[in-house]
Amino acid sequence: MTVTISHYLILAAVLFSMSVAGIFINRKNVILLLMCIELMLLAVNFNFIAFSRMLGDEMGQVFVFFILTVAAAEAAIGLAILVVLFRTRQSINVEELDTLRG
Amino acid sequence: MITSLLFYAFSLILVLSALGVITSRNPVHSALFLVLAFVQSAMLWLLLEAEFLAVVLVLVYVGAVMVLFLFVVMMLDINVEELRTGFTRYVPIGAAVAFVVVLEIGHVIWFRSQDVLAVATPEPYPAGYSNTQALGSVLYTEHVYAFELAAMILLLAIVAAITLTMRRRPGLKVQNIARQVAVRREDRVRLVKVDPVTDSGTSSNQSRIASNESRAESVDSQTASNASVSVSKESVTDSKDPGTGD
Amino acid sequence: MEGVYLSIILAPLAASVAVGLFGSRVGRAGAHWITIVGVSISFVLSLVVLADVLGGAEVYSGAVYQWGQVGGLSLEIGFLIDHLTALMITVVSFVSLAVHIYTIGYMADDDGYQRFFSYISLFTFAMLTLVMSNNFLQLFFGWEAVGVVSYLLIGFWFKRETAIFANMKAFLVNRVGDFGFLLGIATLLAFTGSLDYQTVFGAAEGLADERISLFSGTEWSVLTVACLGLFVGAMDKSAQMPLHVWLPDSMEGPTPISALIHAATMVTAGIFMVARMSPLFEYSQTALSVMLVIGATTAIFTGLLGVVQQDIKRIVAYSTLSQLGYMTVALGASAYAAGIFHLMTHAFFKALLFLAAGSVIIALHHEQDIRKMGGLRKYMPITYWTSVIGTLALIGFPGFSGFYSKDALIEAVHLSATPGAGYAYWCVLLGVFVTALYSFRLLFVVFHGEERIDQHAREHLKESPKVVTVPLILLAIPSVVIGWITIGPVLFGGFFEDSIFVLAQQDVVGLVGEEFHGAAAFIVHAATHSVALYLAAAGALVAWFLYIRRPDLPGILQSRLAVLHRVLDNKYYFDWFNENVVAAATRMLAGSLWRVADAGVIDGVGINGSARGVRYLAGVVRTLQTGYLYHYAFAMIIGLTAFLVWLTFGG
Repeated sequence: MTVTISHYLILAAVLFSMSVAGIFINRKNVILLLMCIELMLLAVNFNFIAFSRMLGDEMGQVFVFFILTVAAAEAAIGLAILVVLFRTRQSINVEELDTLRG
Repeated sequence: MITSLLFYAFSLILVLSALGVITSRNPVHSALFLVLAFVQSAMLWLLLEAEFLAVVLVLVYVGAVMVLFLFVVMMLDINVEELRTGFTRYVPIGAAVAFVVVLEIGHVIWFRSQDVLAVATPEPYPAGYSNTQALGSVLYTEHVYAFELAAMILLLAIVAAITLTMRRRPGLKVQNIARQVAVRREDRVRLVKVDPVTDSGTSSNQSRIASNESRAESVDSQTASNASVSVSKESVTDSKDPGTGD
Repeated sequence: MEGVYLSIILAPLAASVAVGLFGSRVGRAGAHWITIVGVSISFVLSLVVLADVLGGAEVYSGAVYQWGQVGGLSLEIGFLIDHLTALMITVVSFVSLAVHIYTIGYMADDDGYQRFFSYISLFTFAMLTLVMSNNFLQLFFGWEAVGVVSYLLIGFWFKRETAIFANMKAFLVNRVGDFGFLLGIATLLAFTGSLDYQTVFGAAEGLADERISLFSGTEWSVLTVACLGLFVGAMDKSAQMPLHVWLPDSMEGPTPISALIHAATMVTAGIFMVARMSPLFEYSQTALSVMLVIGATTAIFTGLLGVVQQDIKRIVAYSTLSQLGYMTVALGASAYAAGIFHLMTHAFFKALLFLAAGSVIIALHHEQDIRKMGGLRKYMPITYWTSVIGTLALIGFPGFSGFYSKDALIEAVHLSATPGAGYAYWCVLLGVFVTALYSFRLLFVVFHGEERIDQHAREHLKESPKVVTVPLILLAIPSVVIGWITIGPVLFGGFFEDSIFVLAQQDVVGLVGEEFHGAAAFIVHAATHSVALYLAAAGALVAWFLYIRRPDLPGILQSRLAVLHRVLDNKYYFDWFNENVVAAATRMLAGSLWRVADAGVIDGVGINGSARGVRYLAGVVRTLQTGYLYHYAFAMIIGLTAFLVWLTFGG
């Protein structure tokens, strides 16, 4: 059987769903939260590339390019924040970070 | 056929590694699983003939971002066990959300995208097609502003990351060139007027001069310290002696 | 002539502003000189205008300045100069001038000397503006302005508890009337679309037939509604029952004010206004009847109150109320000219009586109780004789000014066919007797009989200074002769033809005029055709018998007729009614509104309730704000998922 676009889309859906589940499971660990977000973006990128391929249009890949850029920037800043956070609180346990509680 | 096999193989590894990412007890393992997932994704993207992005994904993500993740994970002293408590508490809601998402996507793919699936198998690219070239020609012409913006965002990320993590430890010796250049004579040189010593000087004045003298000498050299102490003693005991000041 | 008209009203205003703002700089002498010069200019120019009008000048009606425009409605400052206006401004500025001069003596020791002069000049300005107006808005401005100055002057001695009470009372009662006045003006504006006298008067006849639905279905003539509204305004300014309660209390103000504002000018504003609006009132039989009844009631019943009062100024004040009632009756009988004529003569002799009372008050060191007076005749001859003149003029002694105006008025009422005229006729006839009774009571108790003066006051007792007696003499002269001279030309000579409009079938003044053959003949006619003269004589005789011949009798009568005396002493319980029923009900209503609507609904539900609601909601919502990062992430994801569900399955 041949591999169609649907296969890629379903794969992306599974990937996305797993990362969503991952966010729920690893709710206390900020680093893992960031990793799950990366995974999520990966799933989105899958969709873009699959559709780009199917429609023969490079626009989807341009999007992916920019998403990669922004995701890299986001990861850098997120990790920087994490480092600062750890330095001030000696912990990255999300359950202890409740100063915003109303 | 070989493409199908490769797809299923890569997909399987990808899903398993993703599962590993979200379920590993150790964040280092999670990061490594993520690297694996990225590599598998790059493989799959190669199957989709998106060669440039596949290479970028490996270079940027596996090479830079994941290394950064690993670095941070290892740098921070994380109590893993504490973070694992209540691990399964939100599994039902997470699973439910994931299930709904899968359902939705499946619904879209099977029931709402019939015309899309009609062309589900893409046309192969003509011979001599270069994915990199095609992408570049679009990126540098049509989307040049967005491209520049992306560059700006990266620069911003660099600056932000540095600003956030840089810290000044007390006692760190740094050279401030601006201040060195801006310095003026008045900041460094101070003219002190010193009264000439006369015979009619009071005893307290003489003793002060003597003690100044002794301090200067003690700083000057180790060997002279004994003498200077003796001088100061003399000045205290016999304050009327005028010769000690010189 | 516009320059002259403007100067007439602006001269007192300028003087008032100058003295009011720079009182301490101009000093006491400066204050009275500036204001007297200002009012003198008004008076002289008023005479110029009067001469001009008498010389046959055309009626002037025009705007000098348009200060605003709302839609098609033009808001203007304008003048309407005709015989009525000319007569009024002359009277107002003359009395005002006399009062200014008199004030120099009366207020000589007062700290608020400059303030007082500023106020009375301001009053002159306001009154002249009111009188000279050619549109309703300016009329209303003048109306309110005289009200404000009246308020300021009643409470002139603002450290006196009673004065503050009195000016508050005057203010509140006037609000009631002003509201009616405003409703009247608004009705006219709504149906004619104009505030200009001429336009409104031109539309009057048509308005009489137009119907307006008030109070769930009852149909009213538009004109009647407007006229009744205007008359309610007149009722408060001219102190007609039941809105008269403020006038006796206003005697808390200095006496010159009582003379100027609360006897001669401001209280006649209502009379003047109705006369000015005669083209409207003529077409409303209902309004005329209402005026007849209210005026007649006021004339007789307030006169009776004067008989039992012990305060010299209040007696004169009740006399004023009674005379205002006469004028209102004249208006109700369509005898506008007679009303204005009485207004004019009354302005002179009532100002005279007030100033004479003031002269007595000064002499006795601000003692106002007539029980502590008596036998003042030999100490204060000028005051005594001018008082006699004033009293004779008031009761209508033949030949004096009051005689002509009052007798003509009574005759006119007698001839009137307006419903209520019969009742009014008997009231005014009896009123003549009552007037004579209280007037001579006052005269006898104060100037005759045994001396009941304080020992301390008697030592300094002497005639008042020239600045007091000269205005008395100045006012005494017109009090005697003005009726004799002017009844022919003013009342029957068609003097008001250009300003007062009377329907032919209601022209009672004309009927009276048919039998008029000169001032002297009028006396004979009155003596042979009317009982008024004999009633006045009877009143004077009774007063003489009770207070000179048998001074013990009043006390006996008082105990015999205790119930009647108590009713009179309590002024028919109007104040009691107002304070315990009207004011109490208003306060109760306001209190319950405050508790229920303000504190309960607006504060409780509206303000605190919404705040409580927000706080409660915030309390609920804040529990969502756990502060945990992943909760926010969950919220985002769940929301996104729900959105996607809606997008995919919802259509």
